[in-house]
Amino acid sequence: MTTPDDGTAAGEVLAGERAVQEPAGVTERRLHPVTPLRRAWAPVTVLAGWAVHDPDQTQRQLTRLTTTTLLLGLAALVLAAALYGFLSWWFTHYAVTGAELRIRTGLLFRRTAHIRLERIQAVDVTRPLLARVAGVAKLKLDVIGADKKDELAFLGEAEACALRAELLARAAGFAPDTAQEVGEAPARELVRVPARVIALSLLLIGATWGSLLTAVVVPPLLWIATHSLWTVLAAAVPLLGGAVTSSAGRFLGAYDWTVSESPDGLRIDRGLLDRTHETVPPGRVQTVRIVEPLLWRRFGWVRVELDVAGSSNSVLLPVAPRHIAEAVVARVLPGVTVPRAADLARPPRRARWCAPVWWRGDGIAVTDTVFAARHGLLRRRLALVPHAKVQSVRLTRGPWHRVWRVADVHVDTGANKTVTARLRDADEAARLLRDQAERSRTGRRRARPDRWMTAEDGSGAPGRR
Amino acid sequence: METGSVEEGRAEDRAAGRAAGGEPVWTALPPGLLRMRRLLLVVWLGLIAVAAGVALAMTAGPLWSACALAPVAAAAWGWVLLGRNWRSWRYAERADDLLISRGVLWHEETVVPYGRMQLVEVTSGPVERRFGLATVQLHTAAAATDATIPGLDPAEAERLRDRLTELGEARSAGL
Repeated sequence: MTTPDDGTAAGEVLAGERAVQEPAGVTERRLHPVTPLRRAWAPVTVLAGWAVHDPDQTQRQLTRLTTTTLLLGLAALVLAAALYGFLSWWFTHYAVTGAELRIRTGLLFRRTAHIRLERIQAVDVTRPLLARVAGVAKLKLDVIGADKKDELAFLGEAEACALRAELLARAAGFAPDTAQEVGEAPARELVRVPARVIALSLLLIGATWGSLLTAVVVPPLLWIATHSLWTVLAAAVPLLGGAVTSSAGRFLGAYDWTVSESPDGLRIDRGLLDRTHETVPPGRVQTVRIVEPLLWRRFGWVRVELDVAGSSNSVLLPVAPRHIAEAVVARVLPGVTVPRAADLARPPRRARWCAPVWWRGDGIAVTDTVFAARHGLLRRRLALVPHAKVQSVRLTRGPWHRVWRVADVHVDTGANKTVTARLRDADEAARLLRDQAERSRTGRRRARPDRWMTAEDGSGAPGRR
Repeated sequence: METGSVEEGRAEDRAAGRAAGGEPVWTALPPGLLRMRRLLLVVWLGLIAVAAGVALAMTAGPLWSACALAPVAAAAWGWVLLGRNWRSWRYAERADDLLISRGVLWHEETVVPYGRMQLVEVTSGPVERRFGLATVQLHTAAAATDATIPGLDPAEAERLRDRLTELGEARSAGL
């Protein structure tokens, strides 16, 4: 973690609690020596932010200062920044023990995070453009209950990959002494999305055009209305920024999107300038959503998103033909077949009084393994929840629903997402509620263990490498 | 049935009750909650009615003070609504999950499997304590789970908490 003051999050165990089981002599390691340079930016950024925030004031202050004071101030600032960067690097250690990853950090406010390895939801290795130049990488961990990602920034590239492999191997249940030698699990490429398809798919999304259009139309209108350069700039810069991120930024981020499969879980490699390498261990996926924007329907393309507890990144496949997407979903959720559109049960006809026209977009299907609900008429979203991942089931019915004898059934998952079967017949909804509770109970018995390589047979890992 | 070591026979009956008829055995809330809510309603709306009556009589004339009857009518209506709402609250402990059903106009029914519980909370505010009431709240990994049982007898709340914790441990499952 980078900030020293964000307290102890729920996903971590306090120091000392499990110290009993540890073998003596855990080796602590430091981050890559490049790290201070990155930290040194903090005071400079603060100053720059202040200057941008109030340009007139800054100019007046600058003219008042002589060259000597300016140079002295700059030198002091650089020195302070360097010292801050160096100290924060010096006081940050990490260590991998049999069951935990420990991060010790903080100069004034000490913070020790012990992250249970079997609780890790996903591991990402990201290499922003500048870090790629310097040959370093950032290791991010998704842990349940923590607000933001725990990250180790920066590590040497080889070190980051080795640590990632070691963390996953230990999380998978390999013995501590062999975990280091297991190495990177072999990956098999499932899908690689062509750049042409990504570009075309972005052009077929309304939001892209919407943001571009706003960025082009709003500033001239503002100029006509106010004739104030500052107002126009204040509006145009964020609008342009938004337009660029939603079009070019998304393209760069999704460039060369590759999904591959390995015993450690699913790998996602993506990005043109900033390379990201994500790993979602098996059994961590709480919900899978298949999104079908209106204009993509002609091409039969869909986007696949997943929800993992404690994770913010959610896209598994930015764009892919439906049959490929369904094949990938079958890999993510073993034994799951995506229900066909024809298999989805629509709400009863009288539901049109509750949601005119739009009721046609709704539909549900329940299979042996998943609860699936579709919503949306133009932009269709089909959400799949494995029965084993259901946290609670709720039935709600408002006064208007009561008149038309319909009810909604909500299925809550651990990623703080709720999948709703809307406007079901009241009796059917009550049945659905009971049956879903029953199914999620039996489904849980069949779920894989947290340490996925210590499967039922107990023989440990199949051959890797 | 794997109920563990439950000390009270009452609880065992409830856990096994599902097997008998298929329909869960519902438990209603004790009348304490209704008493508290009605008292609060009458006290607050009574104060408002008196204040409005006096203020209107002083400023706009005695005829206007009849408007103070509006809060009284609201109190009467609220009295009935609170009764209906209280009657709609009920819960059932089944072998593997807890059922909570509530609401008349906005009806909601929640099922929480014991194995999914992360935390059981018993809270009791100053007014609730005065009336000898406690609230049991269940938390799962999903924040949307809204499983709260208000207005329980403190002894019952503690029994429920202990039983839920025990069952939660026995059937515990990861995320």
